[in-house]
Amino acid sequence: MAQIIVNNVQKVFKTPGKDVIALKDINLEIKQGEFVCLLGPSGCGKSTLLNAVAGFALPSAGEITVEGQKITGPGPDRGMVFQEYALFPWMTIAQNIAFGLEVQKKSKAEIDLTVNQLLELLHLNDFRDRFPKDLSGGMRQRVAIARVLALDSPIMLMDEPFGALDALTRRNLQDELLRIWEKLGKTILFVTHSIEESIYLADRIVVMTYRPGTVKRDQVVDMPRPRDPSSAAFNDLKRELGRLVMEEQQRHANDEMKLAAVD
Amino acid sequence: MKNTKNFLHGALVPVLLIILWEAGSRYGLFSEVLLPSPTAVAAKWWAYLLPLQSLEPSQSYLAWLVSGEMLHDAYSSLFRVIAGFLIGAGLALPLGLLMGASTRIYDLFNPLMQILRPIPPIAYIPLAILWFGLGNPPSFFLIAIGAFFPVLMNTIAGVRQVDGIYLRAARNLGVNQWTMFTRVILPAATPYILAGVRIGIGTAFIVVIVSEMIAVNDGLGFRILEAREFMWSDKIIAGMITIGLLGLFIDTAVSRLNNHLLRWHRGLEH
Repeated sequence: MAQIIVNNVQKVFKTPGKDVIALKDINLEIKQGEFVCLLGPSGCGKSTLLNAVAGFALPSAGEITVEGQKITGPGPDRGMVFQEYALFPWMTIAQNIAFGLEVQKKSKAEIDLTVNQLLELLHLNDFRDRFPKDLSGGMRQRVAIARVLALDSPIMLMDEPFGALDALTRRNLQDELLRIWEKLGKTILFVTHSIEESIYLADRIVVMTYRPGTVKRDQVVDMPRPRDPSSAAFNDLKRELGRLVMEEQQRHANDEMKLAAVD
Repeated sequence: MKNTKNFLHGALVPVLLIILWEAGSRYGLFSEVLLPSPTAVAAKWWAYLLPLQSLEPSQSYLAWLVSGEMLHDAYSSLFRVIAGFLIGAGLALPLGLLMGASTRIYDLFNPLMQILRPIPPIAYIPLAILWFGLGNPPSFFLIAIGAFFPVLMNTIAGVRQVDGIYLRAARNLGVNQWTMFTRVILPAATPYILAGVRIGIGTAFIVVIVSEMIAVNDGLGFRILEAREFMWSDKIIAGMITIGLLGLFIDTAVSRLNNHLLRWHRGLEH
């Protein structure tokens, strides 16, 4: 049985004027250890779906189960990496990584061991006692990944984690993430609006439609890693997905134009 | 070198003013009683600082050195500020955290706070004497009131401005209500709370001087009022200078503490 099952999920946001249907009839099954990207233009509900799996905003109808258990709220079995890093600025790097373990009341020795391993794994040793403000965006996101890995949760949820980084740092962290994923065998659900990023990383890409958010295409990426973004196969898929995403992006743009006209 | 230059630049106006003042006094422009000369004030300040009695054989040198009236007064005032502030801030902090975190508690207490807040601590003086008599307790009461509101208001604002992303990250890590409060909301609100502490200490220091004019017989506020009874203008001004120096000392200490506690904060980057 699949590890994450999204079953007929709907999400409606009630606003004063009218209700916005953010998600409609979403059905997804994600196997353990799978790397799945949710791809689409802004407003397509990909972050809404991720937040539903995280338990921050539960579905209006339908249900999501993890290992057969229905999700009713956030929990450390589904660690989340945010685009804004969300590190605690008053804690040092080591304290940030240790915090989740302290919450779980792990022993001091165990926490130290895990923190040291993760500092090593993500090349953060030199920053152990620094505060987040001293780190670049790329380094902060490494810490955020380490903080989630410390929980040892089987599932990692990532909400456009590399969206704010420059292209080189971004590629570098994508490679790091793949290395860690291959080493630790986590299930990763990764939200992005970058087509290239999704092809570079994912086993499977779920392309979503703009309002209401539905699954437009569930695409398996059958290319060996490391993938070459300049290869023909890569670019064929990029063109194909680009066409799908642009259709939705166009609907998004038309919608905004209509709204502007009403104003 | 640059520091020396800055210092000289900053000292220019005060030095000029003192020279004019001294010259005016020497030419008999001001009456001795109304405005004594700077040299007379300095001499009195020095006498106020030095021990009253000569060193006795049984006494340790250090104890003798700090036995002067000024140091005793400064210590008494400082003690009242700290004690009163701790009471006021100690009550304001938990209440502010609760009011900031819960709309229900906020709605429950806010009307009362808004009515009490504009009343200056000085207006409590008659009640303070009625309720607490003479001595330190009425001072503690008045200072606590002075410190209470700045700390309260800033704590409420501090809790309310905590970025929701920290709360989401913490919930994702599985924290309970208590840990959320102590390890996330409280530290995230510290920049605001400490700004309130700094204002609160400032108010406490103003109130201590006033409160010493009513119910005690030592402290810097008491001393300048006592000097007025005897028309010792030089001592009044010497006392005022000491008040200024103690205020500066307190503010510097609080600011140091601030910088240490907020060393993680982005605002301190240069």
